[in-house]
Amino acid sequence: MKTYIDTGKKDTRSGFGAGLTELGKTNENVVALCADLTGSLKMDAFKANHPERFFQVGIAEANMMGMAAGLTIGGKIPFTGTFANFSTGRVYDQIRQSIAYSGKNVKICASHAGVTLGEDGATHQILEDLGLMKMLPGMTVINTCDYNQTKAATIAIADYDGPVYLRFGRPKVANFTPENGSFTIGKAEELQEGTDVTIIATGHLVWEALEACKTLQEKGISAGVINIHTIKPLDAAAILKSVAITGCVVTAEEHNYLGGLGESVSRILAENHPVPQEFVATQDTFGESGTPDQLMEKYGLNAAAIVKAATKVVARK
Amino acid sequence: MADITQLEAFVTQVRRDIVRQVHKVNSGHPGGSLGCAEFLVALYQHVLQRKEGFNMDGNQEDIFFLSNGHISPVFYSVLARSGYFPVEELNTFRLLNSRLQGHPTTHEGLPGVRIASGSLGQGISVAIGAAAAKKLNNDNHIVYALCGDGELQEGQNWEAIMYGSGNKVDNLVVAVDLNGQQIDGSTDTVLPLGDVKGKFEAFRWDVVTIEQGNDIQAILEGMESAKTKTGQGKPICVLLQTVMGNGVDFMMHTHAWHGKAPNDEQLASALAQNPETLGDY
Repeated sequence: MKTYIDTGKKDTRSGFGAGLTELGKTNENVVALCADLTGSLKMDAFKANHPERFFQVGIAEANMMGMAAGLTIGGKIPFTGTFANFSTGRVYDQIRQSIAYSGKNVKICASHAGVTLGEDGATHQILEDLGLMKMLPGMTVINTCDYNQTKAATIAIADYDGPVYLRFGRPKVANFTPENGSFTIGKAEELQEGTDVTIIATGHLVWEALEACKTLQEKGISAGVINIHTIKPLDAAAILKSVAITGCVVTAEEHNYLGGLGESVSRILAENHPVPQEFVATQDTFGESGTPDQLMEKYGLNAAAIVKAATKVVARK
Repeated sequence: MADITQLEAFVTQVRRDIVRQVHKVNSGHPGGSLGCAEFLVALYQHVLQRKEGFNMDGNQEDIFFLSNGHISPVFYSVLARSGYFPVEELNTFRLLNSRLQGHPTTHEGLPGVRIASGSLGQGISVAIGAAAAKKLNNDNHIVYALCGDGELQEGQNWEAIMYGSGNKVDNLVVAVDLNGQQIDGSTDTVLPLGDVKGKFEAFRWDVVTIEQGNDIQAILEGMESAKTKTGQGKPICVLLQTVMGNGVDFMMHTHAWHGKAPNDEQLASALAQNPETLGDY
């Protein structure tokens, strides 16, 4: 079993900010747009370094998405920044027509996704965004697990020509992937090899899956852990390789079980290798106010919930 | 100097293209298309500083966005007859596997189209983005857009209009087709737009009104006036007062032909009113 060290808790949104800051220096075509949340999105440094390439659009997300589409015409690579709710649900048709259907090279960067946004409550805690975005033809959907990976993904998507949805969050979480590590869109990462169950996790749930893996080992269950940072396109080969050994799956995500990673994995399994699966996800519900830890506990989105699901799915084999 | 007679002959052919496209597939939007025929002909044949061929980025040339994508028949006719794709391709309007989709799109790679439109209210935002890219690229050309008047009921427009003046997007000319009609009736009965000129002025745009929006000379003068106002710290709005269905008598002054195709007899009448000038496709 591999050991992963938390080098100090950091928020994934700061990883985005660091990546964007670096891109500002290395790629003059990168421009950034923000809808009155510059500080929350950690875009201050980019704004300070490149005021001519930073567009403050105000509280007007629909216009921001349209402007981003327009900026690509002329060769710019726009990164939009606002909360996940306002990056997706609020502007779905603008993304659908002006960005996805039009095939525009826009990077939709979404912070404060999921219940870990915390005290602001359900109006801001979108748990449907992955589903909304993955249904759009041609849209790449990424949900990174920690600061380092979010920074790496932010830098990597600038080199990819096409629309991308990059999802990250507000709370400070374990930072355990390599500093300045590489990021390959669509390539899953096998963090632990296992023989009894495959835990397939994304975003904040990846660290929880690693913690669960340790507990499961103490209980005599050998769990593999796969980090799916790219939900679309999904790395079917990596999933099937592990499932061929373990014969059962737990998916874990900070998202509704309808439309999320779990359903994408189910389709891969149904088509290729049907095995029992348990879903660690929200159960078709809205969130509520609370601290991130309280909410992860209440909505069953932590290591304990993964252990419970893994134990159950192994018994179903 | 533009040859007005030549442009008018161009318009007559475009009218034929519009009604023939829509008649063939028994669907599409002839009313708004006919109303904007003179404007788009003037734009593509005289106003726009265009490069030969089509490049998506449109660097070092004027570019245009059609926000009210349902008037695709006039857009396709003018693009084809301006050399962007073969005129014969107008035969494929709205057919399976065509590049000429019901509403314009980049998805099938039709030259001349830079954004998908159809779902209303998005074009001004896109045009502002493209105008910003031109400024970053030190490209002094102008971005033009056209939207419908009913389309202004979509809230996104007002986000964009606010942004345009607040950020001095002065390389942008947005024309509004003021024909006073929308699907369910007149704009006054569906959702009154009120004083459109006053609204744009209140948002600190420069406004040019073209009262005879179906008169080539008036359009050229108005667009020249709009062009001289660029580069002065404000975006420019052109209020283009048109008659829906212009040039086909039974389609004029009514919303009935917004999205309805003529039958065989009506087509014959429309074509008789607009004799062939540049050759049918």
